[in-house]
Amino acid sequence: MSALELVSVTKAYGETVAVNAITHNFASGSYSCLLGPSGCGKSSTLRMIAGHEVVTEGDILLGSANITDLPPAKRGTAMMFQNYALFPHLSVVDNVAFSQKMQGVERKTRRARAMELLELVHMEAYSERVPDQLSGGQQQRVALARALVTEPQILLLDEPLSALDPFLRTRMRAELKKLQRELGISFIHVTHSQDEALALADDIIVMNNAVIEQSGAPQQVFNAPTSEFVARFIGGHNVMKTDAGLMAVRTDRVEMARSGESTGAALSATVRDVEFLGSVVNISLDGGATGDLIATLPDSRFFDQPVEIGESVFLSWKAEDAHHLAA
Amino acid sequence: MSSSSTQTPGAVMAPGAALTETARSKAPSPDKASWFLVSPLVLVLGVFLVLPILTIVTVSFWDYNEYNFFPAFILENYSYLLTSQVTLATYLKTFKFMALTWVFCAVIGFTVAYFLAFHVRSLPMQVVLFLICTVPFWTSNIIRMISWIPFLGRNGLANSALISAGVIDEPLEWLLFSDFAVVLAFVHLYCLFMVVPIFNTMMRIDRSLIEAARDAGASGFQILTNVIIPLTKPGIMIGSIFVVTLVMGDFITVRFMSGGQSASVGRVISNEIALLQYPAAAASAVVLLITVLIMIGIMMRFVDIRKEL
Repeated sequence: MSALELVSVTKAYGETVAVNAITHNFASGSYSCLLGPSGCGKSSTLRMIAGHEVVTEGDILLGSANITDLPPAKRGTAMMFQNYALFPHLSVVDNVAFSQKMQGVERKTRRARAMELLELVHMEAYSERVPDQLSGGQQQRVALARALVTEPQILLLDEPLSALDPFLRTRMRAELKKLQRELGISFIHVTHSQDEALALADDIIVMNNAVIEQSGAPQQVFNAPTSEFVARFIGGHNVMKTDAGLMAVRTDRVEMARSGESTGAALSATVRDVEFLGSVVNISLDGGATGDLIATLPDSRFFDQPVEIGESVFLSWKAEDAHHLAA
Repeated sequence: MSSSSTQTPGAVMAPGAALTETARSKAPSPDKASWFLVSPLVLVLGVFLVLPILTIVTVSFWDYNEYNFFPAFILENYSYLLTSQVTLATYLKTFKFMALTWVFCAVIGFTVAYFLAFHVRSLPMQVVLFLICTVPFWTSNIIRMISWIPFLGRNGLANSALISAGVIDEPLEWLLFSDFAVVLAFVHLYCLFMVVPIFNTMMRIDRSLIEAARDAGASGFQILTNVIIPLTKPGIMIGSIFVVTLVMGDFITVRFMSGGQSASVGRVISNEIALLQYPAAAASAVVLLITVLIMIGIMMRFVDIRKEL
């Protein structure tokens, strides 16, 4: 197992730059998530790693090998496509055995190997069906088995969960993570859902406008966003205009009180709306010049001292919870 | 098929009809409504398809002499047809034309469609090139056939070009009024019938399947044989049905391009009509119809085209 390194990798389509000189080190055996809004360059980055997109400039290194210009199948990567891209004319077992058929492996051997992979994803009972007879979740398992049959060092997943319903998405998310732990290979997963990235990743890479905005462990990215974009995209943060520039504070780190004297409040605000979300309550606040804010309180704390819409409250937070943001 | 299509709307409409109890007196009953719905199609198919075929089948059992044909029930038309060596020879000849035309149309049609679908990247360009493919169809079949004559003739363009290029010393005789000319004209006339359905099927192939195949290490040729051809089969089959039925029923191309020297089933029927032997022509037509239906039946067993329709 070896690490994957992107060295100022650029992708340009004519004048348009989809990926602008990004450099990143993906540790071996880690689960990484490329996170960003659509059009931020995350899919182009993944496709360049996979070899389905030509790198305009820069290098991609896997261990000590430069794989920038190698064909997809020679790189030690395998890709799982967004819509799974299963061959509709082949049975499940033949789909999984496809790459070995291309290598000229004998039918009996390759089908036996494909069955092993299908057992890994618990799909052995469906081996003779065609993809159209499977549900979305089942198709995804087959696509996963097909990608893993080549024994890749890195599995690339392009929005693998976006086609599933919310319930199945949570379940498959847990299975992906479990599979990655068991196999010990690197997964690089493209997503636009911050929940997915936070739940799965050892390493989150937030992209915007063709560059990496911030990367790091999920707790680090979530607790201490370094730019306004990251703070807003990752969610759960108040971005405030202060005299010292933009600041971010997690909504659940904001303390709310009815009187200002005792707490040394930083800010007074008016309650605009109250949203009950089960275990927590979101209180939308008008902070005047500071901008709109949200305070997230545990439901028990809120209902001990409920506030009404239109009421004035005082907000405070610990100094270490406030982070300066780059514009 | 027709019984299920008439029953389904009735079954669907029943609860709705029960709900609108007040409107019931005006609206026809569900059963009648579904009969009304299918009646236009039944009328069209009945008058223009079923009735003519029944007439032909009926006439094929009638008797005839040199100047007249009249109702009877005789089997001589069939017994003569099915025991004649001429029938066998013309069928073999027609099958030969059909097989050659099919092979060339399939290869050329697949290649053109493949180029249009996978090598031309922009949709406007695909549309433009596709329309160019249809340009020959702006003139009639007969004119397109006749235009081959000055090109292929003894002193035609092809021969004079070959002679002046020094490839041959004297004109090639087999270029015109030969089986070669017949097959050439057939391919020219019917190739588009192969291009269109194949192109249509290819455009529906998800491009990520090709990337997935490349990801699995397939070479360009392996992608063609393992992904594109299997997924294009329904289109190839629809095109084949067009080409096979058109060639099997043709009489004018064979007559023009062979200079009257080659026979085909269609020409036999046309000659019998010219000689006012309508019952014999009807019997030939029935046998030809059955032959073509059997061929299509065999082709449909290989490929399921229902998804394409």
